Amino acid sequence: MNDGKTTKLMLKAKKRKSLNNAEALLLITVSLFTIIYIISAIVFSDSNFAKYSVFFNLLNNKAYLLMLALGLTVVLIAGSIDISVGGVTGLVSMVIATMLLNNDISAIWTIPTALSIGLIFGAVQGYLVAYMEIQPFIVTLSGMYFARGMISVINAKSVPITNEMFMGWSGAKLYIPFLYNMRKNGTLDVAYLTPASIVALIVLIIIITLLKKTKFGRSLYAIGGSPQSAHLMGVNVRQTKFKAHLLCGMLAGIGGFLYTLFAPSGNPGNGYGYEIDAISSSVIGGVMLSGGVGLPIGTFFGVLINSIIERVVPLLGIVDASWPRIITSGFLFVFIVLQSIFSNVSRKGSLKPTKKLK
Amino acid sequence: MSDLKVKNKLGESTFVSIAKSLTSNRLTFSVIILLIVVIQNIITTPGFFNITIANGLISGYIPNILDEASELVIVTLGMTLVTAASGGQDISAGAIMAVAASFCGLMLNGTEYRTDVFHSPYIVAIIVGLLGGALCGAFNGFLVSKLKMPPMLTSLILFTAGRSIAKQITHGQTIYIMNPVYKWLGVQIPGVPIRTTIIVSTLTVIIITLLTRLTSVGLYIQSVGINDASSRLVGLNSSVIKLLTFVLYGVLAGLAGLVGSSSIGSVNSGELGLGIEMDAILAVALGGNNLGGGKFSIAGSIIGAYTIQAITTTLYAMNVRADQLNVFKALIIIVIIVANSDVFKAKIKRFTQTIFSKNVSVGG
Repeated sequence: MNDGKTTKLMLKAKKRKSLNNAEALLLITVSLFTIIYIISAIVFSDSNFAKYSVFFNLLNNKAYLLMLALGLTVVLIAGSIDISVGGVTGLVSMVIATMLLNNDISAIWTIPTALSIGLIFGAVQGYLVAYMEIQPFIVTLSGMYFARGMISVINAKSVPITNEMFMGWSGAKLYIPFLYNMRKNGTLDVAYLTPASIVALIVLIIIITLLKKTKFGRSLYAIGGSPQSAHLMGVNVRQTKFKAHLLCGMLAGIGGFLYTLFAPSGNPGNGYGYEIDAISSSVIGGVMLSGGVGLPIGTFFGVLINSIIERVVPLLGIVDASWPRIITSGFLFVFIVLQSIFSNVSRKGSLKPTKKLK
Repeated sequence: MSDLKVKNKLGESTFVSIAKSLTSNRLTFSVIILLIVVIQNIITTPGFFNITIANGLISGYIPNILDEASELVIVTLGMTLVTAASGGQDISAGAIMAVAASFCGLMLNGTEYRTDVFHSPYIVAIIVGLLGGALCGAFNGFLVSKLKMPPMLTSLILFTAGRSIAKQITHGQTIYIMNPVYKWLGVQIPGVPIRTTIIVSTLTVIIITLLTRLTSVGLYIQSVGINDASSRLVGLNSSVIKLLTFVLYGVLAGLAGLVGSSSIGSVNSGELGLGIEMDAILAVALGGNNLGGGKFSIAGSIIGAYTIQAITTTLYAMNVRADQLNVFKALIIIVIIVANSDVFKAKIKRFTQTIFSKNVSVGG
C-alpha cells in the first residue's frame, strides 16, 4: 500500500534525524565526563582518581540517582515530565524505615512496598496526565508536595534502620577480580560494586532494550516527537503516556529502595531536590526537553557526571554542601542552551508548529 | 471580563442554566470555599470579628489573616501574570524571596551576622534586594522567552539552586538585623495603626491592577498567552512581553522576601517563603485562572490567595503542622484542576445531558 510506504519512509527519516541529534548530544556528554575525569585525576593526583575503586564508587554512590534519571528519561522522551521522583524517594525511605521498626517484619517485604508506592504514584499521575489531559508539571508538582507532606505525616523525626537483614544488603560488596590497586601500606584496594549498583545496571540494560527493541519503546519516541503524527500512525498516545508515567513511578520506587540501601535511615529531608539531579542527569545525558530524543546510555553518563561533580567540589576546598547542586544546576542551564541551539539548527526557518495534542 | 453573558439561548430549564452559569463562572468555587472556611471559623472561633487596638496596632483575627497573607498576595500577583503570559508556572518564588532578602541583608549588615548598625541606607538595601529579585526573574524569563523552555522547568533550576545561592550571599549563616528601623517594612511604621504588610500588599495590588487595566500591558499579556504566534503576527514582541512578566514576577517575589524577612527581623535563606510557590499556584487556580495561560483575573487570584491563607490558618489552629499541610494543598489543587479541565467538563456535560435529557430541547 502506498500509505504504508510513506509512513515507513517518514519513520525512517524521523529516526535518522533524531538519532543524529541524540548521537551528537551523547558524544558531548561522554567527552565531558572523560575530560572532567582526566583533569581531576591530574589536578588532584593524591586523591586516587586513577584507582579502579574510585571509578566504581562513582556508580555505587549514585545507583539510586540512575534509577530516578532513567525514569525521567522515559517520561521526557515521551514529551512529559515527572518532578515527584525526589518526593517519592524520600517517602519510600521513610516508609521502609518505619516498617523496619517492627522487628517481626522481614526485610523482604520492603521490596514490594517500595515498588507499590512508586507504582501508585506513577498510576495516579499517569492517569491525570494522559487521560485527564492536565499539564504534567502541575500534576507531578502536587505529587511532590503530597509525598513530602506524607513523609512528615508518617514520621517527622529521623528513623534509624537497625534490621540485620536490611543492613546486610546495604553493606554487601561484590568485589571485582583483577581490578585492584596497591595501597601505600601494601594492602589491596579492590574495586567493588554494591548490590544497589548491580540492580541499577540490570535495570539500565532492561531500559535500553525496552526503548530500542520493543513497540512500547518506539512509540515513546514517536509520541514525544509529534503526538499528532504518532496518533495518525496508529499509536495509542494516551496509553503510551500512561505507561511511561507508570514506568517512571516504578523506577522512582526502586530508586527510593536503592537510596535507603545507600543511606539506611528515614529522614524527613531525604530526597530533597533529587528531582533536579535526575532531570539534569537526563538532560546532560542528551535527552531533549522538547521530547522524542534521548538515549538511556547518555543518562548513565549524566549520572556519572553528577557523581563526579559531587566528589570533585569538596576537593576544590569548598566545604559547603550546597555547591554541588549549584554547579549541577549550572550544567543544566548550559545544556538547556545547547539543546536550544541544536533544535534551532535542525528546524531553521520553520515557524515552530509544536502544539500539544488535544 | 465575566464569562456570564450566555444565558438561556438554548432554551434550557432554569435549573440547568443556573447550574451552568455557576460552573462557568470560575470564581464561584473559590468564593464557596472562602465562605465555608469563614463559617467554620465563626463557629469555632468566638471572637472572629473582634478587632482591638493593642500597642497602637489594629489586631484581631481578620487583620491577622490579612497580615499573614500579604506575602502570598504579592507573589500571587506575579504568578498570575506569569501564568497568563507563558501558560506555565514559575516555582522559584520562595528561592527568589531568599535571594532578595539575602542581598538586602548583605547591604545592611555588611559581613557581620548580628548587628544593629545599618551599613548602608535602608532604601538602598531595599532597591538592591528588588534588583536581585528582578535578576532572578530575568534569568527565568530569558530561558522561557528566548530559549522556549517550559517555565516550570527553567524555574526548577532556581527552585533548587536559589536557596543555596542565597546561603552563599549571606556567608552560609542566618543573619540577624537588630536595628528597629528594619521592622518598618514587615511590622509597623511608628505611629501608623495598620500593619505595614497590609499597606504594602494593598498598594501592590492597586499598582498591578492599574498597570493591567489602564495600560495595554494587560491586553498584551492575555493575547500572548492565548496565542503566541498570532500575537507576534499582529506586531507584538511576544518574547519581550513574556520577559517583562517574569521580571515583574521576580521583583514582586523579591518584595515578598523583603517583607517576610523584615517581619521576623532576620534572613534565614533555608526557611524564608518555603513552599509559597505551591500556595501561589493554588491561589491562581482557585481564582479561576486558566493554568494554561490566556485570560486572567487579578481579583480572582487575590480572593484565592486570601482563601488559601484562611485555610492555612484554620488548619494551623487544628494543630496540623506546616509540613503536613502540603498533603491537603496537593489534594485540593488536583481536585480544582481536574474540576476545571476540559475532559472532566465534557464528561459532566454528557452526564447532565443524560439525566436532564427531557428538559433539554437542543442537545449540545
